[in-house]
Amino acid sequence: MATATAPAGGGKLKTAETSALRRYAPLIGVVVIVLYCLAPFYWMMVSAFRRPSDQFSNDIIPAPFSFQNFKDVFAGSNGFARGLLNSLIVAGTVTILTLIIGMVAAYTLARLDFKFKNVVLAIIITTSMFPGISLVVPLLKLFVDIKWINTYQAMIVPSLSFALPLAVWNLTSFFRQMPQELEQAAMVDGCTPAQAFRKVIIPLAAPGVFTTAIITFIAAWNEFLIALSMTNKKSIQTANVIVSQFTGTTGRDQPFGSQMAAGVVVTIPLVIAVLLFQRRIVAGLTAGGVK
Amino acid sequence: MTASAPVTERPASKPKKQQRFDEGTGRLAAVLLSPTLLVLGVVVLFPIISALRESLFQSGQRLDENGFIVKGSTFVGLDNYLDIFRGETGDRFWNAFYNTTFFTVVCVVLETVLGVAMALIMAKAFKGRGIVRASILVPWAIPTVISALLWKWIFQADGIANTLIGTQVLWSTEGWQSKLSVVVADTWKTAPFIGLLVLAGLQTIPAEVYEAAKVDGANAWKTFTRITLPLVKPALLVAVLFRILDTLRIFDLPFVLVGQHKNSVETLSMLAYDEASNVRFGPAAAYATVLFIYVAVVAYLFVKILGADVIGEARVKKPGGGNGKRWRKKNAVQDTTNASVGAVASGGGGF
Repeated sequence: MATATAPAGGGKLKTAETSALRRYAPLIGVVVIVLYCLAPFYWMMVSAFRRPSDQFSNDIIPAPFSFQNFKDVFAGSNGFARGLLNSLIVAGTVTILTLIIGMVAAYTLARLDFKFKNVVLAIIITTSMFPGISLVVPLLKLFVDIKWINTYQAMIVPSLSFALPLAVWNLTSFFRQMPQELEQAAMVDGCTPAQAFRKVIIPLAAPGVFTTAIITFIAAWNEFLIALSMTNKKSIQTANVIVSQFTGTTGRDQPFGSQMAAGVVVTIPLVIAVLLFQRRIVAGLTAGGVK
Repeated sequence: MTASAPVTERPASKPKKQQRFDEGTGRLAAVLLSPTLLVLGVVVLFPIISALRESLFQSGQRLDENGFIVKGSTFVGLDNYLDIFRGETGDRFWNAFYNTTFFTVVCVVLETVLGVAMALIMAKAFKGRGIVRASILVPWAIPTVISALLWKWIFQADGIANTLIGTQVLWSTEGWQSKLSVVVADTWKTAPFIGLLVLAGLQTIPAEVYEAAKVDGANAWKTFTRITLPLVKPALLVAVLFRILDTLRIFDLPFVLVGQHKNSVETLSMLAYDEASNVRFGPAAAYATVLFIYVAVVAYLFVKILGADVIGEARVKKPGGGNGKRWRKKNAVQDTTNASVGAVASGGGGF
């Protein structure tokens, strides 16, 4: 970093010192923010890589490095591997369904001019504000009646309630940012509106769709209440539910080591995705920075 | 809210009357929107209505006055609601109500202050922006359940938190400490996220405005209160509204971090879940409905009280958008949402 070189060069005048302070104050702030965000996460990693017998050590680095916690997590009785697969199935299906349904709606809202457009938009955003539990309770009763408990669809269908508004909103703002001349040009060249959508818009909107897919997937992957309510068999539960219900080998004590290891396993794919696509995710979340 | 009732019919019902130059557009829009509205009708509208109905019944086994076991659900009218407010269940309800409100107020205030501070720092920083942005997304990406477990571990009796601050607090026991642990965990997870959204708002403010303020001799505080804050206000208000609604339904964090049946942290969502998991659907639906009404009222008040400003700024473009007072307000929210923070809704991680 330039931190080391600047003071050496800027020591000529008195004012240079104060401006140096001024210049580096934000940098200190940045360091504080990074520590704030990453320290707990780091602690999870460190705890995961300790030997189970060192679990309560408070060293900053795991002294003998160990993968034992990870081995424990994937031990057969936990059903954690199965849980990961279930999470993937549920979150993946939710993402795909949401994108298919949401893309058409978002394009309509972004491009067509019709009455009640704002009302429809308002309704869609309003639905995402409803408390999950008010949807889960009646759906739970319904799913008990139609024997959907412990099925994937019992988790997938209610998840659409938050995933779909999220995706529609994201996609609408992406479509809005694309110049309307694109379709006009396509239609001048003889495309129907549907063709213009399929052949011109979708390829160009790919980055936006991709971002929405990531954000939706993360939201669905993180879902807990629905997955918890709709299942009671380990073989169908998602990773989140399984991790939260890990039991210790010895009675009452909690297996924090393996829980942290499981946390790392569940989180690392998301963190990698976030690091790889951070620009896009930030753009998607703030819906304003796409070029 | 109430306007959501006629979800599916609305786009299709009226365009006929309208006779616009592009008459087919309304119908086409209705066709294209119908899958989304249909799905939302099934997974949102139907449950809300069915919860209302359910809350008037009592299911499961009971003894009738002759001592016989009665099965199936019976209509009990408003009993479930009345039960909420009286006796032992009343105490439990008001406690949960208080906890929910407490978490919402404390967490959202803390998160907003911290988030704005973070955004200001990030806007000033030229070095390390990429690192900050990446690290700020990490708490957001971690599932709430995992972060709850992580903080539970940090707040263990012999965990790192007690070691660092040199105390022997039993964090997971009843009392202020378990409340505090939930607040800390929630703030950690979402303050950076608010920071990110506010930063996006800050970056839309043109540099000339700040230069002009500098020329006029405004100091840092004045610049912040007179320029920065008013200009990021629309984005900030919407972010805060969504955070409020998100925290009102808080479930995962206290459920995993502290546990069920703990008075100090039991929220309305947990209460309803507890009833539902014990197959008492009637009371569960009643709790869920009460929470739903609470959320709707808070959202309505928030928009109404702060709405006037929002309308003034955002309502220039589409004068014919809605035809009711209430709709106009909703549109106002939606407009700013669209401009700035589309994804806050579930950005914090579902419910």
